[in-house]
Amino acid sequence: MSLNADVIRKDFPIFETLAHGKRLVYLDSASTSQKPQQVINRMVRFYETENANVHRSLYELAEKAEAAYEGARSACAGFIRARSDRSIVFTRGTTESVNLVRFSWGRSHVNAGDEILITEMEHHSNLVPWQLLAQETGATLRYLPITDDGELRMDLLGDYVTDKTKIVAVTLMSNVLGTINPVRDLADAVHAVGGRIVVDAAQAAPHMPVDVGELDTDFLAFSSHKMCGPTGAGVLYGREDLLEEMPPFHGGGEMIREVYDDYSTWNEIPHKFEAGTPNIAQAVGMGAAVEYLTDLTMEAVREHEKDIAAYAIDRLQAAGATVYGPADIQGRGAAVSFNLGAVHPHDMATIIDQEGVCIRAGHHCAQPLMRRLGVPATARASFYLYNTPEDVDALIDSLEVAKGWFA
Amino acid sequence: MVRMSLEDLYKEVILDHYRAPRNKGRLDPHDVVLERNNPLCGDEIELFLRFDGDTVEGIAFEGKGCSISQASASMMTEKIQGLSAKESGALAESIKAMMAGEEEGDPDALGDLVALKGVVKYPVRIKCALLGWNTLLEGLEEGGKPRG
Repeated sequence: MSLNADVIRKDFPIFETLAHGKRLVYLDSASTSQKPQQVINRMVRFYETENANVHRSLYELAEKAEAAYEGARSACAGFIRARSDRSIVFTRGTTESVNLVRFSWGRSHVNAGDEILITEMEHHSNLVPWQLLAQETGATLRYLPITDDGELRMDLLGDYVTDKTKIVAVTLMSNVLGTINPVRDLADAVHAVGGRIVVDAAQAAPHMPVDVGELDTDFLAFSSHKMCGPTGAGVLYGREDLLEEMPPFHGGGEMIREVYDDYSTWNEIPHKFEAGTPNIAQAVGMGAAVEYLTDLTMEAVREHEKDIAAYAIDRLQAAGATVYGPADIQGRGAAVSFNLGAVHPHDMATIIDQEGVCIRAGHHCAQPLMRRLGVPATARASFYLYNTPEDVDALIDSLEVAKGWFA
Repeated sequence: MVRMSLEDLYKEVILDHYRAPRNKGRLDPHDVVLERNNPLCGDEIELFLRFDGDTVEGIAFEGKGCSISQASASMMTEKIQGLSAKESGALAESIKAMMAGEEEGDPDALGDLVALKGVVKYPVRIKCALLGWNTLLEGLEEGGKPRG
């Protein structure tokens, strides 16, 4: 069941290009992944043979477009083991998905004096929307602390989930630390007090099996572009009964049933939340990405990444780097943040780019987490199904070059 | 001008100032102090200015961040000390124009600073190089000095 990354790389045309004349070593998949030919071809085929608007036209071509779009929805439902396609709302991505919950569920359920609980390791996309909701409603935003190893302080949960807690918003896998969080325990805790849980799966969905039933999550958000699909598509999973009772997010075409001069009635879920012409080809591309990953199996993707991350962490530490996040590979993904002595992450990223190595440097859209770690910035190498031990070796060699400049 | 490789840029200019920054530390007393950062990267500068009439008589900085942000600030303090506020402002604007690719940069007027032009090739790093200079322009304004 294990992956052969050398074979998988051949599916990704970007790896035929060079970076500064050298082999492209792409270690920024936590930011956005590369795209396999299968996904690219699927979108081309849609535009070449199936393109029409969805849900409103009566001719055969429109039926093909609709079948492609709704087929992608089914694929996404299956991908996260959702029981019904009606739970799958297409959005532009994780950020829009989280904001949908903020505006629609949040504004109608959160009041002054209530509490919203997030964690110290959240990405800004699962932090700022809740900060804004707290400001809008007079609710209090609280942060569940993390340990120095980058794990949630679950021992403090009793103090942080209270009878005032309306929402717990948490990432399933940290984009900085790689930590895989015990989301089911958080779900059980917030359900016990009558609140809801929103899971940011932007990092988890591309890299490990996700089962919304097992997690018992109320909402779960993820993005196409981090999982081999195009930009401009993403999913909000919501429990059907919650989506049914929620007011709309955007108003416009497609989301309505009937429109009168002074009021409207709403379409069925999930269409109630998909105002305007959606990103159809992107959603179809996301469906193709889901099929690509499903063929390989997410279990195999996860196993491959555990191997490559373990090798990377070993070699980084041997090279003198400080690596952040959990030490146990079972509890973490393949986004590996580190610092290397006197070489500032920005300098490092610029220098190793000359060697063909692409990493991220900065705060990774997690400024409160950077403050908690006590660092202004980190470098991050993030691995995916197409990365090989050779990529890790190239990273280490390039870091030696950077160290040499600063020696 | 011969295009400088990244390695030359670092080894000949940036690292010297990064390792041994000039005018690093607080300046007391001072007329103006202000702190600015690059929100995208976390580079930080705290700039101190002291005026004697219209002359920038004292200038110093505290800060942390990448080598380009800190070296550029160090070079800036060396160059600005003793210039009039108007000359300082004009120089800052000229550096900004050079980094934006709008001006070639006059080697006679810029001296060592012309090396910063090497950063133009690395667009994401330009904001690092300009952090100190933008802070200076704000500082001159805060000190009630006319811009160049």
